[in-house]
Parts: sequence; structure tokens; C-alpha cells
Amino acid sequence: MAEINSGSLSYKIKDTVAAIGMPTIIIAAFWLLTLVSGFFVGISMSALLSDTIKRAGMNGILVLAMVPAIQSGTGPNFALPIGIVCGLFAMVCSIEAGASGFGWLALSLAITIPLAALVGYGYGKLMNAVKGSEMTIATYTGFSVVALMCLAWLMLPFKNPKMGWFIGKGLRETIQLDAVGAAQILNNIMAFSIGDIIIPTGLLLIFGFFCLLVWFFFRSRLGIGISAGGINPKFAQATGLDIDRNRVYANMLSTVLGAVGIIVYSQSFGYAQLYTAPLMMAFPAVAAVLIGGATASRAKVSHVIIGVLLFQGLLTTALPVANEIFAGTDLSEIMRMIIQNGIILYALTQVKGGAK
Amino acid sequence: MGELLRTPAENKSVGQWLLDNIVTLIFVAFTLFGFFVSDNVSLPFFLSELSSRIFRNSFLVLSLIIPVLAGLGLNFGIVIGAMSGQIAISIVRYFELGGISGLLYAFVIAFFVAALCGYFTGLLYNKTRGQEMIASLIVGYFANGIYQFLFLFVVGVIIAVPATHPMIKPDGIGIRMTVDLVPVKSGGLKYALDDIWTMPFVYALLVIAVGIIIFTIARYWFNEKRGEGYRNNRRSAAGNILLGLALAAVSLYSIAAETSLLMVRRVPVVTGLLILALCIFTVLITKTKLGQDFRSAGFNQHVSQVSGINVDQTRIIATVISTVLAAWGQIIYLQNMGTLNTYNAHTQIGMFSVASLLVGGASTSNANIKNAIFGTILFNSMFIMSPEIGQSLFGQALLGEYFRTFMVYGVIGLALGLYVWKALKQSKAAALKED
Repeated sequence: MAEINSGSLSYKIKDTVAAIGMPTIIIAAFWLLTLVSGFFVGISMSALLSDTIKRAGMNGILVLAMVPAIQSGTGPNFALPIGIVCGLFAMVCSIEAGASGFGWLALSLAITIPLAALVGYGYGKLMNAVKGSEMTIATYTGFSVVALMCLAWLMLPFKNPKMGWFIGKGLRETIQLDAVGAAQILNNIMAFSIGDIIIPTGLLLIFGFFCLLVWFFFRSRLGIGISAGGINPKFAQATGLDIDRNRVYANMLSTVLGAVGIIVYSQSFGYAQLYTAPLMMAFPAVAAVLIGGATASRAKVSHVIIGVLLFQGLLTTALPVANEIFAGTDLSEIMRMIIQNGIILYALTQVKGGAK
Repeated sequence: MGELLRTPAENKSVGQWLLDNIVTLIFVAFTLFGFFVSDNVSLPFFLSELSSRIFRNSFLVLSLIIPVLAGLGLNFGIVIGAMSGQIAISIVRYFELGGISGLLYAFVIAFFVAALCGYFTGLLYNKTRGQEMIASLIVGYFANGIYQFLFLFVVGVIIAVPATHPMIKPDGIGIRMTVDLVPVKSGGLKYALDDIWTMPFVYALLVIAVGIIIFTIARYWFNEKRGEGYRNNRRSAAGNILLGLALAAVSLYSIAAETSLLMVRRVPVVTGLLILALCIFTVLITKTKLGQDFRSAGFNQHVSQVSGINVDQTRIIATVISTVLAAWGQIIYLQNMGTLNTYNAHTQIGMFSVASLLVGGASTSNANIKNAIFGTILFNSMFIMSPEIGQSLFGQALLGEYFRTFMVYGVIGLALGLYVWKALKQSKAAALKED
């Protein structure tokens, strides 16, 4: 009897592990470990939690941008920088137009959504032309666009002194959003604190709003069509769905979410970072959604929420803890590199097929 | 280059030929444009820069060829080889082994480190079949994390090192951002390989020109004699001989008329010989059983497996060879630079080498020595000219540097994208025919 029981128990454990996903469990355990060790070396838990919530909200929409791309079968959107530069461009234009405060935010969103949709359309077409190697080509398309925009930041004739260098032409590398009264503008809406933990209500609400939006989208006719095309393109094609068109829509949505995501990110951060800053931003977003339990071909909104909390939580906790325990080293950055890229590699090993 | 020299009328339309060579043509046009607009680049300066860059980078670019043949695509993972090379250099520097013997130690240590890393990378590529390129890119970033862990933490915290050592940071933990490799005379590695024997540029040019001519004629003659005349391509042979004659004429004229070319920096002969040896190795290996296995595994894994080739093992061997060669290439690169930028020297190597190979006309499934050498020349010409163009057209060298970065990423994206696009079009056409 005992044997059967322990057998069924081990099956139960296996089932639970399979349901939650190995990477999620490992990262969660690791986070708990750093939290506990942080507690013992005397780091303020409330500060850590405040930071975790804030950073999860900041990065949330960028991670959410992975869902449509993955669901449509294009794979994680390694070309997220394309959406990001659209968002940055809108922010810069909005400052140039002289807007400030909520007007600035509204104008930025109003510029960026059509722009990103348009760019996303082209990007989606490109992804359809290179089926089978989307990930590599998406990465390099993203890189090229960032490099091209470096030229643009330097050459576009923006005049507003809030963004220029004191000497010479071109835009500054980081633009302070304080200057247009837009730093933490969303975070501060209805912000309150429980004890020492600060809750940036507005930030979380907007993240929640976009999560709901994507959740509802994937319950609409179009959303279900996109998912079906991602699961089995041939079958979906046979039932009369236009796979290529659906993939384009999914990538448009992903690009728009990337663009909105960077605006929300920047207002919380307080700075808009131009030039090479967006270059590597796709990788942490991809890693976060994978940590949440997504694979290179399936992702849900819940994966985004879990993933961004775990990943950002771990990163925020690791920095002070590592600094406390191993003074004088930059272990947390090293850890980020290893975890972030390790998880992407793990997901790549799970991609089926491909051998010629 | 063979592609370029062959006339378009052979069997393709002009448009098709343009499409096939678009990446190469963009670069040729860009470099020529650079010469046209910038006045402050003198020919001797340009050639000095170019030749030292070619000798520094060719080995790394050549290390990419074997994985392409084995069907692994472009191995961005050579950064792991580069890191192995840097680990070897650091060990040699730490124990203050210098000169040629120090260099040999570095090569031997790098061999073992890189072979081990290459083995694990190969295992990973076998697990990520069909996605090797993105995997190789990400594994490079991953390995960079481990490398930093090793150099910033393990050295000092786990392995005790004296804080007074010139390589170690003043607080005794981790290796400095830049490590001086010290000239050979003071017992270091700087120019340890390059300075064994140098030769004036124009003489080297003459030797290369004569080499090209002799090689072309010899190959032509051998093929005819063996009754394999069909292998000969009259146009390409004539082109090669013309190229050789032109180079010889330039160098002889410069020697006779004492032109400004005599001022070009001297050329490191032994480094050149090593690059030549690697070229020969790459050609010879394709003629062995192993090389044939590479090719067939690259062509069709299932068929190769069925016909008794251990595909997994073959792919691992290809990765190991590539990684080891990249490690040696990085040592050659660093002894020429003279300083080790501990945390930056390797990060761009994969990207630049892949871009060089693609510019030379290679693709994901096909690469040869000509692509590598020609690509290295062209890519580095662009690299030298780009800031100059930015300076003379817009008054900002920074602009040229950003443009250069754009070219690197753009070329890789464009070449890979075009390749996949063409392959998809072909498979669609084939599917239509079957219907």
C-alpha cells in the first residue's frame, strides 16, 4: 500500500511540476532563497517588495508584447526594439510639440499607436517572408532598426532645448521626463502605501488594463484564429483561416504593445533612453515570459504576470543581497545574464523539429 | 569573388545576378563612395590600416567556414572560442610567460579550454536543431555571463591572487578592465607572433600576386592532366591571373618609382603563413572522410544518418574545430592589439566575423575561403571608411560610426533574410511542380 501511495505521490509531484513548469519552479525557489538570505543580512523587505511591484509594472507591457507573437506561431518577438523605437519616437515628438503632463502622455500614445501599427504591419510581412528562421532574422531586424534610429536621433531636426545636447547637434542619450512634468505620472495616480510598501496604483491599473485587453482579444474571433494558426498552421489553413494575414495582425499587436510598453516604462523610470539603449531590451522580456511558464510556441497572459513578477523580483532582490554578501563584486548583473540567456536557451531546446 | 568575376550572362539574368550579390555590391559601392568623398584618407594610411586589420581578423573569419559546411549555419558561438582564447592569454599573462614560448603555451591552453567549450556548444546545437543560429547567438551571451563570473568573482574570491599583480584589480578581486600584454622585449606577448618576421608591404604584395598566378596555373594544369578539365573555369582562372598580374604590376611599379606605397606598414609574415595554413587545412579537410561527412550532414541529416554517418557526432566535431580555431584566432588578434580589453574584446567578434563572411558572398549553407578573405578585405575597408564618410559629408565622425553599426546588423539581417526568402520561394516552386 505504502509503495502505491508514494508512487502516486511522486506522480502527483511530477504532474504539478509539469503543470507549473520546471523553469518557473527553479526561479521561484531561487527568488525565495535570495529573499530569505536578504532577510538574514538585514535588508528592508518592504523596500524590496515596493521595488519589485514597481519594476514588474514597468516591464509588464513589454513582456505582454510577447504573447501575440508567440501565439501566432512567429515565436517570441525578438524584434521588440522595433516597437520600442516607435514609442521613443512618439515621446520625443510629443516633447517637441510642447506637450506636458497628461497631455504629453496622451499625445505620445496617440502618435505611437498608429505608427507602431503601421511599422508592425511591415514587420509582420517580413516575418511571413522568412518563415522557419523568424527568431534569428527578427533579432537582426531589431538590431538594424535600433542602429538606423541612432542615425535618426542624431540627424532629425528637433529644436526643443529640453532634448538637445548643450553643444552640437542631435538628441541627448537620456531625456529627463521631469522637464515635461511626466516622470512617474502614471505611478502616482492614486498611489498609496501599506506600511512601508508603496503601491503605484495607476501603473498597475494600466498594466492590468492591457492584460485584460490581450486576454479578451484572444477570446475574440480573430484572436482564436491567430492561436489556431499558431498551433497547427496546416489545419487552420484547411479550415479557411488566412494564416499569413493573422500572423501580420499578431505582429502588429505585438509591436503596438512594445511601443506602449516603453512609454509606460519610461514614465516610471523618469527618463527616455535613446540610441543603443533599446538594443538588448527584447531579451529580458523574452526571458520573463518564458520564466512565467510560456514556451516558444505557447504563451498566456498569466505567464506574463507570473514571469514578470518572478524575474523582476529576483533581479531587484539579488542586487542588494549580492552586494551585501559579496561586497565589491557585481554578481547580480552576472546572474541576470546567466538566468536570462539560460532560460532562452532552455526554451530553444524545447522547440520541436527543424532537422533537415 | 568567383561569383563576381563570372559574367552574368552565363545562365542567369542580370537582375538575378544583382540579387545574388547584393550584399557584396552594396559594400563595394560604399567603399568606393568613401574614397570619392573623403579627401583626408591617404592611400598609405588606408592600406596600413587595412592590411593590419586583415592579418588580425582573417583567422577568426575562416573559423566560421566548417560549421557552415556541416549545416550548422553561421556560428555566432565563436565568441565562446574567443573567450577561451582570452582565458588562455590571461593565464599566460598571469604567470608572466612571454615571447614565442608564451604564445605557444597560450595556444595549447586555448586548445583544451576551447575544445571542452566547443563540445558543450555542439551538444547544445544538437538539442536546438533548426534554430542553431539564434541558439549560437544566445549561447554567446550566456557564456559571457559565465566568463564574467569567472573573471570578476572566481578570480579573487575563490582562487586567491595577490592584489599587487598588475592584472588584478587593486582590491584583489577580479581582473582589470584592460590588461597590458607588454612587448616581447619586456617578457610579454605583444606582437609575439607578428614581429617574428616582417616584410615591407609592397614585397608582400608581390609575393601574394606571384602566389595567385602560380596557384591558378598549377591548379589548371593539374586538373587537365588528371582528366578533370571540367573542373576548370576559364573565365575565373583568367580573372585570377589578371588580378595577380595587376597586383604584381602595382608592387613592381611602386618599388621602381618609390611611390607612397613604400610607406605602408610592414606586414607580419608568420601571421600570414598561419592564415595560409588554415586555408589549406580547410580545403584539405573537405577532401577527407570527415569533410565528406560534414557536407552530407549539412545537406541532409536524415539521409546521412541512414547511410551510416553519426550526424550528431559530426556536428559536434565541426563545432569543436570552429571553437578551437576561433580561440587561436583571438590570440592572434590580441597579440596584435597589445592590450586585452578583458570584458569587451570578445563581444563583437561573432557579429563582425559573420558579417565579413556574408559580405564576401557566403550564405547560411555555403561558404568558402574566397568568401572569407574577400569578405574580410571588403568589410574592413567599410569599417575604416565609415567614420571618414560621416566626417566629410556631415562633419560628424560619430554619425559614420552609427552608420557602421547599422551596416553590420543590416548586412547580417539582409543576407539571412534573402537566403530564407529564396529558399522558401524555391520550395514553393518545387511544390507547385509536384502538383
